[in-house]
Formats: sequence, C-alpha cells, structure tokens
Amino acid sequence: MSMLKVEDINVYYGNIHAIKGISFEVNEGEIVTLIGANGAGKSTTLNTVAGLLKPATGSVEFEGSSLLGVPAHKIVNRGMALCPEGRRIFLQLSVQENLEMGAYTRSSAEIADLIADVYDRFPRLKERYKQIAGTLSGGEQQMLAMGRALMSKPKLMMLDEPSMGLAPILVEKIFQIIEELNKAGTTILLVEQNAQMALSIAHRSYVLETGRIVNMGTGDELLKDDTVRKAYLGG
Amino acid sequence: MLNYLINGISLGSVYAIIALGYTMVYGIAKMLNFAHGDVIMIGGYVAYCATSYLGWPVLFCVLASVVVCIVLGIVIERLAYKPLRNASSLAVLITAIGVSYFLQNIALIIWTSNPKSFPNMVTLPPLVIGGLQISSVALVTIAACIVIMIALTLFTGKTKMGKAMRAVSEDKDAARLMGINVDATISLTFAIGSGLAAIAGVLLCSAYPTLMPTTGAMPGIKAFTAAVFGGIGSIPGAMLGGILLGIIEIFGKAYISTQLSDAIVFSVLILILLVKPTGLMGKKVNEKV
Ligand SMILES: Nc1ncnc2c1ncn2[C@@H]1O[C@H](COP(=O)(O)OP(=O)(O)OP(=O)(O)O)[C@@H](O)[C@H]1O
Ligand SMILES: [Mg+2]
Repeated sequence: MSMLKVEDINVYYGNIHAIKGISFEVNEGEIVTLIGANGAGKSTTLNTVAGLLKPATGSVEFEGSSLLGVPAHKIVNRGMALCPEGRRIFLQLSVQENLEMGAYTRSSAEIADLIADVYDRFPRLKERYKQIAGTLSGGEQQMLAMGRALMSKPKLMMLDEPSMGLAPILVEKIFQIIEELNKAGTTILLVEQNAQMALSIAHRSYVLETGRIVNMGTGDELLKDDTVRKAYLGG
Repeated sequence: MLNYLINGISLGSVYAIIALGYTMVYGIAKMLNFAHGDVIMIGGYVAYCATSYLGWPVLFCVLASVVVCIVLGIVIERLAYKPLRNASSLAVLITAIGVSYFLQNIALIIWTSNPKSFPNMVTLPPLVIGGLQISSVALVTIAACIVIMIALTLFTGKTKMGKAMRAVSEDKDAARLMGINVDATISLTFAIGSGLAAIAGVLLCSAYPTLMPTTGAMPGIKAFTAAVFGGIGSIPGAMLGGILLGIIEIFGKAYISTQLSDAIVFSVLILILLVKPTGLMGKKVNEKV
C-alpha cells in the first residue's frame, strides 16, 4: 500500500524551476532512495514533502490524505519526520533539549520513554545529554539529528544525506541504523550522494537529474545499470 | 557615592527591562524593533489615563498598561513586520522607524504635545538605612528587574514554550519540522517584550514624571545600546548591559558633566564593541561540518 504519493509536482525558487514534474511513491515498510548529482533537486523534493516549500502544481498525499496547504508544523503530527540536510540541530540547546524539541507535539508523559529509546539506540548521546549540541563532534551531531527525528515516532522518516562529511566507519554505522529502523517498522525515504551504499540498502530507487526523474528500479537493478554506474558509481 | 550607585542601578534596571524586549525580539525575529521605545511611551500614557481619568488603583493601572501594550505589540508584528519576514533587513529597519513615528504621532493626536505630569505610582515610604535614603521607586524598580530576570530565565530554560522560543531563534525551518508553530512563537515574543515595555514605562515615568509623545525615544535608544553592549540576543547580557549603562550614566552625570552624560554612555559602548564585537555576553557557537 502506498504511504506517500507524490504526483507531478513542480517547485520553483522565484523563477528557478527546480522540480519539473516529479512523481514517485513510497510504500509502507520500504526503504526508497532518491539519488542524483549536486543540484538535481533531491533536497527540494524532501523539503516540499515536509511542507517547508509549496509546490506550484501537483499533489502530495500521505496515507491517503492531501498535504497541500497543511502548514509545515502540522505535518510532523501526521507521522512524518525529516532529518534535514546539514543536520540542522539546535546548536545552542543541550542534547536533551534537542531531543525534547523533536517530541514537541507529544505529551510530556511520552517524552521520557521516547528519550530513553533514543538513548538506547545512541548511548553516546546519553553520556552527553547535558552538553551543548554545538560542541558535539560531526558524527555525534548526526546521531542527534536522527535521534531528534525519531522522537516524533514517525511512520515515515525522511533523511537528507545523513552520511555527509562522516568518516567511512561512521557512514557504515549510520546505514546500519537506517536498516535497523526499517526492520523495526519505520518506512524510510533516503536521499544520498553515496549512491553505492544507498542502493545497497534500498528496496527501490529513483534517479533524479536536473529536476526530473530519469530512471527508477530496485536497488540491485540500478547497481547493475550502466548509465547509473557511469554517472554515480564511478564507472 | 552609595546613593549614586543605587540611583544608577535603579535607572539601569529600567534600561535592562527595556533591553530585554529588544534582545528577545532581535533573537527571534533578527530585527531591531525601533518602535519598542514608543511602546513604553504608550504604556506610560495608558497608566496615566487609568489613574488620572478613571481613578483606578495602581495595580489595575499597571495591568491595563501591560494588556494594552501586549495587544499593541502583537498587532504591530502582525501588520508591519510579518509581511516583511523574507524582506531585506534594511526594509524591516525602515518599517520599524516608520512604526516608531506612527506611534509618536498617534500619541500627539490623542494626548497633544503638552507634557503630562505622571503621578508617582509607588507611594511607599522611602527606605532609610543610616544616612542613606533609598526611594521606594528605586527599590520597586530594582525588585521588578530581579523578578523579571528570574522569571525569564526559568521560562526560557525550563518550559517547553521557552525552549521552543530558543529553537525558533536559532533555526526557523528546523523548528517547523519539529512541529513548532513559528508564527505563534514570534507573536509570543513580541507579547512578552511589549508587556515588559509597559512595566518599564510605568517605572520610568514614576521616576522621571514628565510624559510626552517623545518620552520613550531616548530610553529606547539607550536600552538598545544596553542590549548591544551586553551582547544582543542574550538575556543575561541585556540585564548586565542595562544595569552597567545606568551606573555609567549616573556617575557620568555626577562626576563629569550632565550635558555630556549621554555622550559618555555611547563612547563606552563603542569602546566595548571595539574590544569585544559580540558584546559582553554575546556568544558564538560554530557549526561543525
Ligand atoms: N533557496 C534557494 N534559492 C534558489 N535556488 C535554490 C535554492 N535552493 C536550491 N536551489 C536550486 O534548486 C536546485 C535543486 O537544489 P537542491 O538543493 O534540491 O539539490 P540537491 O539535489 O539536494 O543537491 P545536493 O546534492 O547538492 O544537496 C539547484 O539548482 C539549486 O541551485
Ligand atoms: Mg541536497
């Protein structure tokens, strides 16, 4: 069953036409990735689904109801969270305060349990719960960003380049966590520059080029596809 | 000497309360609300009318002034600043100056340019310790400042809404993704700042009882200076900046020159900013990549 359904959206920044009629869907339980070069429109697509940008035309449906016209701050309550590009954690808030913000729409009774779950998954954050987030290392900040997104208990978690700027060993760890989350029942929509890794964990994948979807298939199909190999996997 | 110090702290407490409004609004909306000083003046007039024409008891006058200023602050934000959320900061600044003149002109029409003499709202006896006599206005002002400081620190540090306010001031889109209503949070900030301006207006007019449409302008600019001095965006900074500014002003008046006291105040500001451009308590956290 399709959880997220995006149909023929066009998104503009002023007169820059960044997304030119994209359609895709994400089914419950899947890991779906969007891959593409810099500037292809991956972040724009996720930000539009999350309500930060408004599409000029087209429709976005989540669990059968339209998200058009729903303000961004009301979307998280529908069961969707975005872990944005560049992490965007609150640098001047403590680790724990960042997590609390992730559960902003939840009752305070639930928050303690949710925080305990995140600390179980990321013990490093627990050790540093009082630390100001701006003083965390890059890897810790990424864990915090993911933990914060998990605090809303999303059915669909969108991640925008979670591996950016991390050492290879941490990249592995992040992808491993994404797979774990998926096995535990969270549907994933993942944007990545690291196409190799992304395709290897994805059930299905879409390739974006200058605002259009130019290719799609299962992760394995795309890993073997010649044009994809040339463009994104280094030959 | 001790007397000057207490007068300085008292005047500084008024600046601090005003500076808190500047700093909170700057922190969240990244704009200098130049009309903030004029909200103080409106607060003064409302309290004046409530006591002189309606004969209300002091507490109700203060409350009326706070309520009117809160509504005024929210309306100013909605009508004048919100449409400019994505405009250049210069456009916003010019608008704020426009709102400032607008409020002064409204006051001119309603209350004319004749100065009103503001009745002292704090009619307690002065505190006498040995040879030292501290007026009740000074005491109440300092106490109000301390209470406000503690309340705001608890609010921003411990409550969900206060934390959301800090989150919004750092990153609006990220805050939206958390489910925080950014517009409502900005309104709340203007409401708090304007409510504080009303209290500052009553305290200021009680200490310096001449009320005119331009009454708020100079304290507004000085409190803005105090906010920058302390590190704009920082709540303890606004507090510290305000109180230091008051002390410098009073000592400058007493020992150097009454005429030059304002020049002294602003020179100190420039010196501090040359040495420490982020202000006394301004902070800078760098993003890690
Ligand atoms: N705020 C903006 N204003 C104007 N143009 C923008 C803005 N953000 C993105 N764009 C443009 O829209 C296009 C798509 O950008 P987007 O950020 O979605 O790309 P991306 O696929 O996420 O790239 P990357 O892999 O580098 O993150 C680019 O041409 C970009 O220049
Ligand atoms: Mg991007």
